[in-house]
Amino acid sequence: MSAEQVLPEVATVHWRQRVDADKLVRDARLWTVTTTAHVVPFVAVAGTMVALQPLAAPVSAIALAHAWIIPELYAQRGANVVRPRRKGDVAAEDRAVGFLGDLVDHEARELHARTGLVLEEASLGVWLVGEAGALLVRRGSKRVYCYCVRASDPDLPSGDRIAHLLLALRADEQGFATVANLAFSGARWRVRRRLEPQLRPALDAAVRRAYD
Amino acid sequence: MSRLIRMDQTGHTTLAEWSTDDPAAVEAAVAAFRRELDRGYYGVVTTGPGQAEMVRDLPVDADLVIMRAPIAGGQLLP
Repeated sequence: MSAEQVLPEVATVHWRQRVDADKLVRDARLWTVTTTAHVVPFVAVAGTMVALQPLAAPVSAIALAHAWIIPELYAQRGANVVRPRRKGDVAAEDRAVGFLGDLVDHEARELHARTGLVLEEASLGVWLVGEAGALLVRRGSKRVYCYCVRASDPDLPSGDRIAHLLLALRADEQGFATVANLAFSGARWRVRRRLEPQLRPALDAAVRRAYD
Repeated sequence: MSRLIRMDQTGHTTLAEWSTDDPAAVEAAVAAFRRELDRGYYGVVTTGPGQAEMVRDLPVDADLVIMRAPIAGGQLLP
């Protein structure tokens, strides 16, 4: 890749390894290990306590609740990256959405109108780009990567926030994923049920596209 | 007619319009492009469905040149 086609913003995170397919696999393993490390001790404590003293069942239940809640909190964090933001000036929003519509095809335009997310196919997988983050669905995988990334101007209308991310993604997908902060990587079902209901069809569409 | 636009709070603003047979308009567009680079914006052109390229000089033969603000990973917005 020529220097011109590397996102300039990558220089601001020069210590990060550039994201490619192998890096995504390693990130996924790391998230699995981290989740396991959080869950297993609580489950072990719950089991041990009941085995030693059945009257400790309520405490065991609390430990099991922790084992359940911690991965859920991580998934919530992941789902939050595409949570819709407050809209600003109506005229600016309309102009920005019109401009965004010019950048994408009819299907993506229609999905954006319904869900507020733009579906974009690329090399690493199928992306859903939101106003302040993006979800990546890998082809042939049941895992979703949730990236927190946004345009530096906080006053942009929502359509322009998405357009900024979309253009950066198209110019240098790996650089885009490198600049973005990985908020969560985990099971698709875990993220889906934490998404706001109007966003779920977008994830379903991305999954279908990833399996086409 | 080619256009140079900047994505901003208004949706977008047209900074320059030119055609390649109008040297004065091209020169004004190049100057506008450089001003935006100096302000920290980046130039992008779409090169086909799902494709875009970063540009450091104004491609005078492009139909549309877009100036975008930098992106960054970060905290979730409120």
